[in-house]
Amino acid sequence: MRRALGGLAGLILTLFGLLLVTFLIGQATPIDPTLTLVGDRANAETVQAARRALGLDDPLPLRFATYLGRVLTGDLGTSTLTARPVLSDLVRVFPATVELATAATLIGLALGLPLGLAGAYWHGRWPDHLARLVGVLGHSVPVFWLGLMALLLFYARLDWAPGPGRIAFALEGTVPTITGLLLVDALLAGNGPALQSALAQLVLPASVLGLFSVAQIARLTRAYLIEALGQDFVLAARARGLSETRVLLFHALAAVRGPLVVALALVWGGLLEGSVLTETVFAWPGLGAYMTQALMSADPNAILGGALLVGLVFVLVNAGADALQRRLDPRTA
Amino acid sequence: MVKLSRLPHLALFLALAAAPARAITPADILVIGGRYDDLVSLDPAEIYETSGAEYAANVYDRLVTIVNGRPEGALAERWEVSPDGRRFAFFIRPGATFQSGTPVSAKDAAWSLVRAVKLDKGAAFLLKQLGLTANDAERRIQAPDERRLILDLPEALAEDFVLKALASWVGSVIDSALVRKFEQKGDFGNEWLKTRSAGSGAYKLSFWRPGEGLALDAFPRHWRGMASMKRVVFKHLAEPSVLRLMVAKGDLDVARGLSADDLAALGRLTGVRVRTAPQAGLFYLAMNQRHPALSKAPVRQAIRRLIDYEGIAGRLLKDTKIPHQSILGEGFPGARLERPYRLDIEAARKLLAEAGIKPGQLTLALDVRNVAPSLDIAQALQADFARAGIRLDLRPGDGKQVLTRYRARVHQLVLAQWSPDFLDPHSNAQGFAWNPDNSDQSPFRLLAWRNAWEAPDLTRLVQRALRERDPNRRGDLYDELQRRLLEDSPYAVMFQDRHVWAERVDVEGFALGPGVDQLRLDQVSKRRANP
Repeated sequence: MRRALGGLAGLILTLFGLLLVTFLIGQATPIDPTLTLVGDRANAETVQAARRALGLDDPLPLRFATYLGRVLTGDLGTSTLTARPVLSDLVRVFPATVELATAATLIGLALGLPLGLAGAYWHGRWPDHLARLVGVLGHSVPVFWLGLMALLLFYARLDWAPGPGRIAFALEGTVPTITGLLLVDALLAGNGPALQSALAQLVLPASVLGLFSVAQIARLTRAYLIEALGQDFVLAARARGLSETRVLLFHALAAVRGPLVVALALVWGGLLEGSVLTETVFAWPGLGAYMTQALMSADPNAILGGALLVGLVFVLVNAGADALQRRLDPRTA
Repeated sequence: MVKLSRLPHLALFLALAAAPARAITPADILVIGGRYDDLVSLDPAEIYETSGAEYAANVYDRLVTIVNGRPEGALAERWEVSPDGRRFAFFIRPGATFQSGTPVSAKDAAWSLVRAVKLDKGAAFLLKQLGLTANDAERRIQAPDERRLILDLPEALAEDFVLKALASWVGSVIDSALVRKFEQKGDFGNEWLKTRSAGSGAYKLSFWRPGEGLALDAFPRHWRGMASMKRVVFKHLAEPSVLRLMVAKGDLDVARGLSADDLAALGRLTGVRVRTAPQAGLFYLAMNQRHPALSKAPVRQAIRRLIDYEGIAGRLLKDTKIPHQSILGEGFPGARLERPYRLDIEAARKLLAEAGIKPGQLTLALDVRNVAPSLDIAQALQADFARAGIRLDLRPGDGKQVLTRYRARVHQLVLAQWSPDFLDPHSNAQGFAWNPDNSDQSPFRLLAWRNAWEAPDLTRLVQRALRERDPNRRGDLYDELQRRLLEDSPYAVMFQDRHVWAERVDVEGFALGPGVDQLRLDQVSKRRANP
């Protein structure tokens, strides 16, 4: 109970600090937010009316206090960029990012874990070199370039993948929005063609983004396992005559599952903040693209709302990972 | 049992079999790709950006429209002007209906114009130029009956100017019965209309997803008849390389916002055609007159001679912009096409010496957008300025950041763009040469003010031309204005924009004009046998 209360207090304090810093940075941005609303040719009267509507004439502390008061009642304000409530914008763009980030993390896990395992088991031999090569590639190839190359090869040349976007053009608007996650909504609606299309559209961007998680997950799995494989309990297991598969999967891997889960959560959490370059190349309407647009237009409410969401997601993912680690590894409880 | 050596072939076969069937866009749907993330509102009284203006041009009708530079009746089948030039009477076309089914009446038109002035959003200045204010708009714009709209101007203005202002998107006629249902706190239904449509145009809004794009559906009962394309989709695609791939594959019918390199590559494909059209936008270098050196005429003259107009156009801009030096772009009636300035380092050096500036003595800061081709042009200028002994410090920034500095008059030099709001010379004349109040408190912050340029005689000339009702004499006044700005001003107009786009070869009638909202989707069709 005390831990839960402490956690909640920490969460509130973190979010307050995050909002304050974002608010202050927003004020320092050398962009006039009224430009988005009234353009650059409106006369002073019109500009002044827009400034009043945005509350820009109030003193800074009052503006922050007003904003905080509204946030507490669940009102994140209206975006100057989309003319809609920021909350409804976030509800629209965030699921797209969740879908992409989750798929990329799953691809990362599916490929990164075996790669890291092989690298650790055959330490210093070719599977290890391969694991390290993927790691280096994943960290050094620019995602923008990789995305374009993937489109060029798999979409334009080979015709294996559909082009950019979240769903095939002909199926646009056929899936009623329930969760915002297109795959889930298509499933709930029992819309087979939409599900197939959404899945096909997801494969390429998720794979491109996934390469980065493959690299991270493979590198960490390898490092944790190399350490674990040198421990006495592994030696003891081998001495008892257990098969190498059992030793590797049920002893060594089981011992490092705690830190691995945390690493996985961090990878997922990082991707949930939105990947603006991947989203741009694949015309994926997610949080990254939304936040970048908001920053470039000095859209105060959208920036604050987005930052609040990112902060909230990060804190929650971390807290979830910690809780999971405590369950998986009694030593950390 | 499959042999191991055959596995790669099997994988390839499975992958090909699993690949979704690729289809080109349907025959009755037009898909346009480009930047459509700047749309802030769909209310014609609030719109001011290009994509919004194009939207309004197809979803709403106005009283009059501009065809080949001349006003033509749209919802008004004809109009009359009183002999003193102050009263305009418009006669509404019978048979036109809104997309809701309600017939269009003069009362809707009057309400829409009054609404735009009273709402006083970004586009209101277009109507305020006619002398209308929030206090007297209702009195000056009246509909005595269903068919007749009377506009009483406080003073006589050039007929062409009045009609062109009314033909701009802010003059869109809105379904007043529908929008008034959603009025709240005296907002004239603005909150509701921001994300919806209520017009009588050839298309109606199907959906708008900010950051993703929008779709329009043809309005079957439009008074000109139903458009050939049942649906038009505007897809927001920011990355030019992606646009290029998609139009090459046939997933887009039209791709806009391509880079010069992409256009060159697409021009070599068989299924795609690259097209260009003049656009009235200008690209210019502005010089703040608060800077002691820039306020000297010989320095301004020298700077005009330190720009390699032809070289930059040829090397960096290819087809996307063409050299142009007057404030009226090609496409405006009476635009001066001569280009008296060219790169001449020696002449620039002499002019700088005449102003008492020694080589190496002058350093200037240039604000520039951090995107191609602005940044490339800035770098070219930097090299040529250096040859005459002027050091140019580049200050790259986001578009709105540069504009914020420009509007605050804190720049020294800025590379900027200007697009006229409508194709009347007054739009540019007012922008470049009209500055009735140069104080920091001035309510009018157009280009002459931003560059702190006091030009009382030119301001008077702009006003005179606006009130001149004889088209020939008016043309002469704009000619004089252009000549004087070419001789000396705080601007070096460098290039005129060109629309450049790639379209599939079966697309017909997709045409862009010099104005911002000349795209008419009801004129587009596809030459294809079956849907």
